[in-house]
Amino acid sequence: MSDVKKIATRDSYGNALVELGAEHDNVIVLDADLAAATKTGTFKKVYPERHIDCGIAEGNMMGIAAGLSTTGIVPFASTFAMFAAGRAFEQVRNSIGYPHLNVKIGATHAGISVGEDGASHQCNEDIALMRTIPGMVILNPSDDVEAKACVKAAYEHDGPVYLRFGRLAVPVINDRPDYKFELGKGVVLREGKDITIVATGLCVNSALEAAEKLAADGIDAKVINIHTIKPLDEELIVAAAKETGKVVTVEEHSVIGGLGSAVCDALAEKAPTPVKKIGMQDVFGESGPAAALLAKYQLDGEGVYQQVKEFYNK
Amino acid sequence: MNKLELMKTANEVRKGIVSGVHSAKAGHPGGSLSATEIFTYLYFEEMKIDPKDPKNPDRDRFVLSKGHTAPGLYATLAQRGYFPKEDLLTLRHLGSYLQGHPDMKHIPGVDMSSGSLGQGISAAAGMALGAKLTGKDFRVYTLLGDGEIQEGQVWEAAMFAGAKKLDNLVVIVDNNGLQIDGPVAEVNTPYPIDKKFEAFNFHVINVEDGNDFDQLKAAFDEARQTKGMPTAIVAKTLKGKGVSFMENQVGWHGKAPNDEEYAVAMADLEKAGEALCQM
Repeated sequence: MSDVKKIATRDSYGNALVELGAEHDNVIVLDADLAAATKTGTFKKVYPERHIDCGIAEGNMMGIAAGLSTTGIVPFASTFAMFAAGRAFEQVRNSIGYPHLNVKIGATHAGISVGEDGASHQCNEDIALMRTIPGMVILNPSDDVEAKACVKAAYEHDGPVYLRFGRLAVPVINDRPDYKFELGKGVVLREGKDITIVATGLCVNSALEAAEKLAADGIDAKVINIHTIKPLDEELIVAAAKETGKVVTVEEHSVIGGLGSAVCDALAEKAPTPVKKIGMQDVFGESGPAAALLAKYQLDGEGVYQQVKEFYNK
Repeated sequence: MNKLELMKTANEVRKGIVSGVHSAKAGHPGGSLSATEIFTYLYFEEMKIDPKDPKNPDRDRFVLSKGHTAPGLYATLAQRGYFPKEDLLTLRHLGSYLQGHPDMKHIPGVDMSSGSLGQGISAAAGMALGAKLTGKDFRVYTLLGDGEIQEGQVWEAAMFAGAKKLDNLVVIVDNNGLQIDGPVAEVNTPYPIDKKFEAFNFHVINVEDGNDFDQLKAAFDEARQTKGMPTAIVAKTLKGKGVSFMENQVGWHGKAPNDEEYAVAMADLEKAGEALCQM
C-alpha cells in the first residue's frame, strides 16, 4: 500500500487553478489570509496580479467575489470550509446565491481530517448549509484527479458552485485513462448486488476498502462515488437502491443534512429503502492526527466495513 | 438638468415613493425620502447610464446597500425610464417584479440584489475592483444608512476599498440620524462617521445638507477628482423629507401611510410641486 500516490485535494485545487488561469484570463482568485494553506498560493506565484488577498474578512470576501462576478470575472473565493460556509453563510446566501452570481467558492480543510487544529476548524456542516441555497452546486471530489476535474467543471458551469477540498493527502483512486467527469453524475466504482454504499470525498476510498473486506465475508457491495452532492444523481441512487435493497451513505460530514440526508430525501420519495448513514453522528470532532480521527469516528475502511456489515446482517 | 429641474424631478420621485408604499401597505418611506435627492442626482446627473441599455458593461453602477429603501430606488428608476411608473403601484405585491428589496435578476436598472445590511458595500467594492482588473473606467456608487454602518461587514469592506485604493468607488452615507429603535446616537452611536472613514483611508466629504442639489453636486465633483483612494460622502439628510408628518419621525422608518395619511402626503407633495413651478 505504501506505493499508492497520495495528494491532498487542496493541493489539487491550487494546481488546477494554475491550469485554469493559463487558459482563461478572467479567472481571479481571492483568499482571506490563508493562501499558504488553501494552496491558492500556488496560483499567486504564477499570477500574482490575479490573486487578491482580502485579509481576514470572509464575509466581505464573498461580497467582493459577488461584485467581481458582475463584471465578467470568474472569481474563486477561497478559505477554510468553516469560514466559507459557516461564517460567511449569509453573504453566500444573499449576495451570491439569491442573485445566482457566477462565483466559485473553494472551501478547503473540510471535515475532521483537518486533524490537530481540532473541532473549531473541522467543518462537518458545510454541505448541509450549502444544500439549502437554491441553485447552489456542491462538488466534493474524492481525489486529485477528480478535484482538478471539479475545478474545471465549476468554471464551465454558469452559476454559484461550492467546492469542498481536504487538508489530508488521500490516495489517488481515479487515475485511469477512461476517467470522465460529468457534473451531476454519480460514478459506479464497483458493481455489487447485496448492498449499495454511496460515498463522497475521501470516504470514497474508505468505501472501496470496506467493499474489499465485505467481499471476503461474502457480501457483494456496490460502490457509488457521488462527487456532485447537488444536483444529486437521484436516478443512479434510486436504481441502485431498487437493485440492492439496502443503502449505506458515507461522508466526512454530519449525518444531519449532508450526503446521507440528500440520499434519504431522494429515496423517501422515489424508492423507500432502509438506509444507514455513516458520518459524524451529531458530535463535534477533536484534535489528533487525521488518520487516527478517521479511525476513531469510523470513517476509514475498517470503520465503514464494520458498520456496513452490522447493518447488512441486521 | 438645472437645479430647479432636479428639484421638480425629486418631487416626482417622492410621489412615486409614497404611492408605492401606500399601495404595498408596507415598506420603508422614511429612508427613501431622506435619500431622494441623492438618488435623483445620481440617476439624472452623475452616472453614465442608459435606461434603454441597463446591462451595458461600461455603465456606471449603483448598489443600494441600504436595500430596504427600495421604494426610493424604484421610484427613481421609473422616473428615469427603466420601467413604467404605474408599475410602482405593484410594489411588494405577489407576482410583481418589484420585490420588497432590490432584486437584480428581475428589475431593470438594479445592479445588485441587496437588503441584508452591510453586504452591498462589499459587492460595490468588488465591482470597483472588477473595473480596475478588466481595464474599464466605470465608476461605482453605493448608498449606506447611518444605522447600517453598525454592521461589521461595512468596515471589512471599507478596509478593503482603502487598502486597494479603489478611487472609482464612492460610498455615500445617508445620515438621517434615525434607525428603527431610535436615534442612531442613542441606539449604538456610529459617530464620528467621517473620522472612521478617514481612518480607513478614504477621502471624506461632509455634506451639510444632503437634500440640497448644489451641495451634492460639489461633493460628487470632488469625488470624481479624487485619485488614489475611495471617497466617502457623509450626507446629513432629513428622514421622511417632503412629507410633513413623516419628517424626522422615527416611526416612519418602515410603515406605510393609510388612505388618509396618503392623501395628506400627496397634498404636501402637490403643493411643493406647485411652488417649484412658480420659481
